[in-house]
Amino acid sequence: MFKLMEGEDAQGSFTFLFEGQPISATPGMSVAAALLAADVSIFRQTPVSQSARGPFCMMGACYDCLVYVDGMNVQACMTKARDGMKVTRVPVINEDIET
Amino acid sequence: MNDQFDIIVIGAGPAGISAALEADHHGASVCLLDEQASAGGQIYRNVSQSTPARTKVLGSDYLKGEQLVRDLRNSGVVHRTGVTVWKVGQDGTIAYSKEEFATQIKGRHVIIANGATERSTPLPGWTKPGAMTVGAAQILMKSAGIVPTNAVLIGSGPLLYLVAQQLVTAGAPPKALVETQTKTDLLRATRHLVPALKGWKQLAKGLQLIAAIRMAGVPRFTGATNIAIHGDEKVDRVSFEANGKNHSIQVTSALLHQGVVPNTQITRSIGLKHIYSGQQHCFHPVTDLFGQSSNIVFSIAGDGAGIGGAKVAALSGKISALNAVCQIGKIPKSKCETLAAPILKKRSAELAIRPFLDAAYPPPADVLRPADETIICRCEEVTAGNIRRFASLGCKGPNQAKSFGRPGMGPCQGRYCGLTVTQILAQETKQSHDVVGAYRIRAPLKPITLKELASLETPKEPETVK
Repeated sequence: MFKLMEGEDAQGSFTFLFEGQPISATPGMSVAAALLAADVSIFRQTPVSQSARGPFCMMGACYDCLVYVDGMNVQACMTKARDGMKVTRVPVINEDIET
Repeated sequence: MNDQFDIIVIGAGPAGISAALEADHHGASVCLLDEQASAGGQIYRNVSQSTPARTKVLGSDYLKGEQLVRDLRNSGVVHRTGVTVWKVGQDGTIAYSKEEFATQIKGRHVIIANGATERSTPLPGWTKPGAMTVGAAQILMKSAGIVPTNAVLIGSGPLLYLVAQQLVTAGAPPKALVETQTKTDLLRATRHLVPALKGWKQLAKGLQLIAAIRMAGVPRFTGATNIAIHGDEKVDRVSFEANGKNHSIQVTSALLHQGVVPNTQITRSIGLKHIYSGQQHCFHPVTDLFGQSSNIVFSIAGDGAGIGGAKVAALSGKISALNAVCQIGKIPKSKCETLAAPILKKRSAELAIRPFLDAAYPPPADVLRPADETIICRCEEVTAGNIRRFASLGCKGPNQAKSFGRPGMGPCQGRYCGLTVTQILAQETKQSHDVVGAYRIRAPLKPITLKELASLETPKEPETVK
């Protein structure tokens, strides 16, 4: 669980959609930070064992925070949240995609 | 080829910004490439957009980055933000992508200032959502103003105390510090204490941080072993042994840290010479005093050349830039040496504390020699036991290990398992780390799309000789 630090206000906040649910973000926030602040900790399931993963390094190195933005696989920690953007979980191979 | 520059600097942290500014000052054309949207690196991340609340929490050392970023803005340096460098050629040609389009530029000299990543901390359960690095938690404070409400900090090193104190100030004190360094480590470190006293300001700051954490009533456990992170899908508990007792703490965030190690993806990809440091338990590229690497076109500045911290990085950046502008003939060698002398002296004073810190906060056995069932390659979910089995089947090095079981072949390209695989194989095969070696790194250094590749300008046909 994450919260805004003491004295920090949510000025200029906007919303985007994650799996169809509205998520609030403040200007400059990454998609990963906004999701964590909204208590979303599970971002994806691994292709190897379908185990749950979430952000780990927050600096673009570990690739554990991958999400879909407009159908593209992106690092949520390296992607700035934008008003009205549509974010979804990456489809799970073997479940969502027939191989 | 779109652009040519005298100097290209990769990475806009303290080393990269200082290098770019110094080279600009000596009349070189400079291009500074950085993956983030604004300058500062991870240490001064987002410093130019900090809010009063964040500034209060992050403290005066963080704010020091503001001046550096301002100087960069007022300089002649071409600063390209949000770019991912994915190929560095031996001749100084660099390919990078921005918003799905790729570009190639060329530098007469390239200064690599890509910094460090946090040392991998393979522990049982460290892949569960809710487990992240201490640095990641700090990035969330700097870039988003958010803090974990129910966290335990696990590991060792100065950053552990800094972030714990920052969480206290931010109104979200951690539930505990689970520290892995032992009394023996501290005793062993005391022989480095006299030289370290040159860095007394840093030592005093460390003691202040520890005092603030104690004042806030945050419990500290030291010499912790058998650390495990639990939870069905996400983290809900951390267990460990300390002082001969078993402990269990309910948490939603497990923040991990065991110091930082040089990010060697770029330096490895160019085939530069590297060496293993027993003192810092990691590889670093071989450089001379001026940051000159084994290839005349490349210098390395900052933590990417060996861990020294932000102040050392800024000084190294200046020194590397002097070397670079000298290499391309902007200043004579004698001037380079005269200008570098006082900076070299200052840097060696700043480095005085390092042997003490390295000895006092070493990575513990749990991390250097993970239990068989612990995942070490997060991407391909390869365990430490898998690597040991590969060794027993005759696997001698990390590159062979890839064909045995895919460690290092996921999207992070071995950034988080590389060092651990080398360490396990060195131990199992009784070879030195240098002999075992590291993953061979190739372009693209980060996954890119075919669209990005295709967007590169097609090179012109070579002119036929008449």
